[in-house]
Amino acid sequence: MTDLPDKTDRKLGLVIDLDTCVGCHACVISCKGWNTENYGVPLSDQDPYGGTPSGTFLNRVHSFEVQPDQGAAQTVHFPKSCLHCDDAPCVTVCPTGASYKRAEDGIVLVNEDACIGCGLCAWACPYGARELDRAAGVMKKCTLCVDRIYNENLPQEDRLPACVRTCPAGARHFGDLGDPDSAVSQLVADRGGMDLMPELGTRPVNKYLPPRPKDTGGEIDILAPLLAPVAEEPKGFLGWLDKTLERL
Amino acid sequence: MHPAPSVILFTALSGLGFGLLAWLGIGRPDVTGWVAFVFFFIAYALAVGGLVASTFHLGNPKNALKAFSQWRSSWLSREAVLSVAALITMGLYAIGTVFLGVQWSALGVIGAALSLLTVFATSMIYAQLETVPRWNHPITSALFLALSIAGGALLAGQVTAAIVLLLLAGGVQVAAWWLGDGRFAKRGSTMETATGLGFIGKVRLFEPPHTGGNYLLTEMVYVVGRKHAARLRVIALLCMSLVPAILLMLSHSHVVALIAVLSHLTGVFAARWLFFAEAEHVVGLYYGKR
Ligand code: SF4
Ligand code: SF4
Repeated sequence: MTDLPDKTDRKLGLVIDLDTCVGCHACVISCKGWNTENYGVPLSDQDPYGGTPSGTFLNRVHSFEVQPDQGAAQTVHFPKSCLHCDDAPCVTVCPTGASYKRAEDGIVLVNEDACIGCGLCAWACPYGARELDRAAGVMKKCTLCVDRIYNENLPQEDRLPACVRTCPAGARHFGDLGDPDSAVSQLVADRGGMDLMPELGTRPVNKYLPPRPKDTGGEIDILAPLLAPVAEEPKGFLGWLDKTLERL
Repeated sequence: MHPAPSVILFTALSGLGFGLLAWLGIGRPDVTGWVAFVFFFIAYALAVGGLVASTFHLGNPKNALKAFSQWRSSWLSREAVLSVAALITMGLYAIGTVFLGVQWSALGVIGAALSLLTVFATSMIYAQLETVPRWNHPITSALFLALSIAGGALLAGQVTAAIVLLLLAGGVQVAAWWLGDGRFAKRGSTMETATGLGFIGKVRLFEPPHTGGNYLLTEMVYVVGRKHAARLRVIALLCMSLVPAILLMLSHSHVVALIAVLSHLTGVFAARWLFFAEAEHVVGLYYGKR
């Protein structure tokens, strides 16, 4: 049934550090790679080598520019995938029961064998986390690499979502956000982790760590006053040259 | 939102068909035998035709039967269940009126109620979506029901009722546009809330995730053709409501009635196209669009 569980035993999810993400898209590629070869139908591409390439992705990295009232603008790279919401509107709209949220760990999944490809769940998701695969006609979304994290055939260090395992900047963290003592929960508490579009009441499990404050561009060095230019106006030969050139 | 022709056809035709069934269910027009057959035939052709059209936009229709299972939580599933219940109930009622010359009026009333509930369930598929603020309002259901009942009256030859209801439906449509235009701003979702970066300053898209298009953009960030919206609204309102109402006031002949029906249908198609094309999904904010 596509009713949501009253509560989940754990809340597995991601914590994404917007301060650290360098926008390299490595997580996008590793996600596409793993999920094309594993859970469900492959993530297809349409016209991949032609003029209008497009394809199915479960994780996309946007880049935003933020302009403060004063000072320089700032670029923020912004990876986005399913947030495994506690109050997932994508689950309750599903007519077939294909979409569900697991009571044991809170992961939101699609059972492709039951999906009719109506697309309503993608309409219900505020975050653009679901994409209908154009080749297979079924809904695809982040599985939190459910086929890695519990996979005993993999070495311990690989039992992480592919995106987390691959991130060269260490900007992605995986863990149980329902346990206040877990490393990810601590990180969220320390850094003021935030929800996306909280006004829509989806209660996302994934959290985003805001960029740390930037330098404001004041004094660069305590010796700076000593380095100030001694002569404001050029004198002597340079002064003569300056005046002569101005007259020309 | 992408105005898919199959969905426009489905919602418009099935709305009309179930509207006609509702009128037939309460015995208006009071017909039996062959005349009743013709009325029921038209109603079923519209309602079933619309439902069949709706399966065209499914990516994986072979699982369609599963869509009857989640009526506890899903309006789409409720619509499926209600539509079949309405069609079966009205089918039994039709057998009585067409072949036996009897009107099982209790059955008819139940069938009429189920028909309108089906239209309500269709409207809720859209009205429930918090992600599309323009739709996320009771006026969406009022609009679908008003159009269905008015169109049904038109097809059922209920002239006086049709005139009043067509004008009323036009009024609901104007109210829906009026309320709808401000809904996105009222919902309060912005690029700042979408990214959580508003505490730093004003957010704009620097680079989209991919240079090419994707499913989200074609399906939910449809911005083509909105610039003609104002003109289309006028055309829709005229064709759907005013023209047929005036035609019915002028003459009761079958030809005029047919023109009124065609005009109404054209207007409903135009209005339904706008219903989708003008609806902005919050996901557009991540793409710097609405
Ligand atoms: S992010 Fe979207 S797809 Fe994922 S659980 Fe939330 S609403 Fe559903
Ligand atoms: S596309 Fe599939 S998973 Fe999504 S609502 Fe429709 S049937 Fe459910």
